[in-house]
Amino acid sequence: MLLITCPHCGVSGEETEFAPGGEAHLKRFGPGSEEGEFAGYLFYRKNPKGPHFERWRHAYGCGKWFHVARDTVTLEIFGAYKATETAPPQEILDRIAARGKA
Amino acid sequence: MSAHRLPSGGLLIDRARPVEFRFNGKPVKGFAGDTLAAALLASGRTLMGRSFKYHRPRGVVAAGVEEPNALMCVGEGPRATPNQRATMVEIAPGMSARSQNHWPSLEWDVGAVNAAIASVAPVFSAGFYYKTFLFPRIAWKHLYEPVIRQSAGLGPAPEGVDPDEYEHLHAFADVLVIGAGMAGLAAARGAAEAGARVIVAEQAPRAGGRLLSESDIEIGGMPGADWAAGEAAALAAMPNVTLLTRCQGAGLYDHGYALLDEEPKEGPSRRLWRVRAKRIVIATGAIERPLAFANNDLPGVMLAAAVRDFLALWAVAPGREIVVFANNDDAYRTALAAHRAGLTVKAVIDCRAEVARAAGIAVRTGMIVAKAKGGKALKSVLVAKRAADGRVAGALEEIGCDVLAMSGGWSPAVHLFSHCGGKLRWDEAQAMFRPAPERGAPTGADGEVNTFVAGAANGLLSTAEGLADALAAGARAASDLGFSAVAAEAPAVAEPGMAPLQPLWFTPSVGKHAHGTKHFLDFQNDVTAADVELAAREGYESVEHAKRYTTLGMATDQGKLSNINGLATLANALAAPIPEVGTTTFRPPWAPLSLGSIAGRDAGTLFKPVRRTPMHDWHEANGADWEPVGEWRRPFTYRRAGESREASVTREVSAVREAAGILDASTLGKLLVTGPDAGRFLDLLYTNMMSTLKPGACRYGLMCNENGFLFDDGVVARLPNGDFLCHTTTGGAERVHGWMEEWLQTEWPELKVYVANLTEQFAQIAVAGPKAREILQPLTAMDLSAAALPFMGIAEGEMAGIPVRLFRISFSGELSYEIAAPAHRGRALWDAIREAGAGQGIQPYGTEALHVLRAEKGFIMIGDETDGTVTPQDLGLSWAVSKKKADFIGKRAQERPFLSHPERERLVGLETLEPGKRLPDGAYAVADPAAKTPEVIGRVTSSYMSPTLGRAIALGLVKRGPERMGEVISFPLEKGEVMKARIVDPVFYDKEGARQNV
Repeated sequence: MLLITCPHCGVSGEETEFAPGGEAHLKRFGPGSEEGEFAGYLFYRKNPKGPHFERWRHAYGCGKWFHVARDTVTLEIFGAYKATETAPPQEILDRIAARGKA
Repeated sequence: MSAHRLPSGGLLIDRARPVEFRFNGKPVKGFAGDTLAAALLASGRTLMGRSFKYHRPRGVVAAGVEEPNALMCVGEGPRATPNQRATMVEIAPGMSARSQNHWPSLEWDVGAVNAAIASVAPVFSAGFYYKTFLFPRIAWKHLYEPVIRQSAGLGPAPEGVDPDEYEHLHAFADVLVIGAGMAGLAAARGAAEAGARVIVAEQAPRAGGRLLSESDIEIGGMPGADWAAGEAAALAAMPNVTLLTRCQGAGLYDHGYALLDEEPKEGPSRRLWRVRAKRIVIATGAIERPLAFANNDLPGVMLAAAVRDFLALWAVAPGREIVVFANNDDAYRTALAAHRAGLTVKAVIDCRAEVARAAGIAVRTGMIVAKAKGGKALKSVLVAKRAADGRVAGALEEIGCDVLAMSGGWSPAVHLFSHCGGKLRWDEAQAMFRPAPERGAPTGADGEVNTFVAGAANGLLSTAEGLADALAAGARAASDLGFSAVAAEAPAVAEPGMAPLQPLWFTPSVGKHAHGTKHFLDFQNDVTAADVELAAREGYESVEHAKRYTTLGMATDQGKLSNINGLATLANALAAPIPEVGTTTFRPPWAPLSLGSIAGRDAGTLFKPVRRTPMHDWHEANGADWEPVGEWRRPFTYRRAGESREASVTREVSAVREAAGILDASTLGKLLVTGPDAGRFLDLLYTNMMSTLKPGACRYGLMCNENGFLFDDGVVARLPNGDFLCHTTTGGAERVHGWMEEWLQTEWPELKVYVANLTEQFAQIAVAGPKAREILQPLTAMDLSAAALPFMGIAEGEMAGIPVRLFRISFSGELSYEIAAPAHRGRALWDAIREAGAGQGIQPYGTEALHVLRAEKGFIMIGDETDGTVTPQDLGLSWAVSKKKADFIGKRAQERPFLSHPERERLVGLETLEPGKRLPDGAYAVADPAAKTPEVIGRVTSSYMSPTLGRAIALGLVKRGPERMGEVISFPLEKGEVMKARIVDPVFYDKEGARQNV
């Protein structure tokens, strides 16, 4: 059971306190978009073996959505940041690079 | 005193406190501190169970958690707990225990015929259930399965509700130490002295591990058992240490999460510790391996260390004449202990050619036990020389004995390390898998290694090495966390030297070993060496496949005794080295958990708390047939005395159509959406336009997901102050609230919108029927006339002195008002309206009448007409999908050509040709019921007997449905029956809507 720290309220909680929301940083494609763009937005996901940027919600806490950078193999959590960020913060990328997993 | 209880000794028993319990109905005497196994052995009983498949007589093999045979059902009635290892259950006055898996009795078991059959036909060989019972097919249901169910399986499940209490306890530790043997005590002491908060869990009733049984180890100048007692006392006295006994480390999980299962002496029946630890030290010791020789499962054949344990801990002699069979030096301790206890040590049979030690006991080197002999108990063993090729050489010699103490070496208990991704490596010299943290070890959220293994569990079997390792592990755990820990200098250790073992994975017997004699690898599942070899020959070469095919290492054993011997046998059969064959994955729990432990307090009414509306008690008192809807309970119907459900529903429907009905609608989701951008936001969420809704008016709305499929519907009310109150389905309130939050927070954070879930703040009452207005008008000063409050209008004011909000909306097609009141006034309003309407014949109605009423009007129900693959257009709701809006969730998806394909299934009404017969819910319509594989053209989504129309009606989704009005289609049912129904307009009643526009 993962231990996750919410970047909004600062609480470190059990995984059961949070709800997963799949891959982060997806760009929404709405009306008028190409079939390929829309399919990519709606259906295609990365599912990497290693660092992964994903969405979580502090469902049984402050209720906020946020992003987590997590290694899907070692389960290391490189950091969490707000859902309004469109890209991972540099310090998290540095941490991932330091593990040789950039 | 029994001949099997030694006159003195027994570290764990209190001879001053005799304990009497019952075994298979007969009284047995023991002492406080005895395990069931110890007390039964002391009473002279060696037969303790029957094996799983062959029903062979079995005795106790081990003295601890790894015991595979002596499984008992302990307790009576609802407290009966099956499959308890007799070696782990402490006896208590008045306790009752029963042996399992036999009929009619342990001594005379009819199932033993399985073994006789198996000796002439391979019915129970590896994979037997895949081979034996294939044909004829019909026999499986009527013959094989009932017979197998009767004779197989372990203990029976208890009957009745468990009256005991179980609890969960959340705890946090800097360092969690699992195991309080020598290594665990040393590691815990080191970490605790450094100032860390430490939890130590020991599965036995007393700390000390193997030090309690070994008499030849000294630590710090004192006997090992005394050192352990001193360490445990010191730990227990430290305020930063929690020392738990009778508490197994059941499982290790991500980020330092651990489950400990405690069976406390006082308090709840079980206590499950849910521990979050920053560092974990696994000090779970090692488990001795059996040897695979013919008939190695006879009662009396035991692990060598278990024999020592029974002598030292409970002063029990498992027999009087003992033979030791080993491939290592450690087992000689058993010979010495037995000798000192006054037993006759007939011989030590050692497969190694040269042995360094001897202690005045007959040691036969280069020999093996070829076969054990006896019926329900061991009588003798046949021993022989072992040739260079490993086979039996020369003459067999018979040695009489009632105990054979066997030892095939030790395997570190690496289970917990493996639970959370720890990797292993094969140690050739010691013939064991041991932790290889350099290849992978459990890590914390920060990615740092958070779990260490110490002592014998780490592959260090010598006391001195294990102690130093454990002190280092404890110090590392503490210093990792910033405590200034220095590994204490290890106290002086005196222990006997140990020469290397010689792996002995299989001991050949007389003749062709695969026939007639059984070399058991897994006692509990009756898996023999021949089974594993057969699996290999049949192509089950992967260790994971072979495990499942043979059932090796399944059930409560989980590979504790059988694992390494099974792997080695498989490797041998495949002519591959053991590390190439690898090991199966160890999964939690380490030892079986009671289901009660897992449930804790989440049982009975606390399992899933019921949500109650303000009128719940009234429903309860007035004959409600409850229906679960989400976490709520809603009245399905209110039955009167002697009334059937059908009659009750019919009466309620008629009341609404002819007079008035009152419905508790409080469970409907109520989400308040407010803020300057609320209208824009709802335009994106709903398929239709909400921003244009005028204050004081309502609009029916649909919500789709990004895939274009409908997932919730409800009436949106624009309150007089401009806020939006979005009604959702009963089950959808939390989901839709979450959905709104998700889009607001992640996609459109620039929108100034706030959403509040007010579902439980308001009671809501629907009053529907032609007399609704005349019932309600006297209760309020508000003008309820059609002119003042038209259909889809809103009014705010007081009713029966209670502040209310009226929505003139209808889910029944009748004149209807939904009245919201503060939740705490809901019951008062409910009572006031019922009393006001009594003269006009108002009746409460339940969810089934609600469904019939809406189906008569062709209104869809989320979850009936929708299943996640249905669009609004499919349901004829295109009028509620905006063509003007540039964007809404699901719009892009609905542009995909296949969602507007003419062949899609679309909503229709269905009238059965026989009006009195109802189509079954979910029935499929086919193009040609006589076809060999009929083409499915549709399905029934809702089906009711309509009291209003006096006939069966249904809603369904049919390919090109609206184009086929009047067509009769076929619904094949069971046993060749075909029902026919005519496609009609889904609005069965009052098509023009005259009844609600009054």
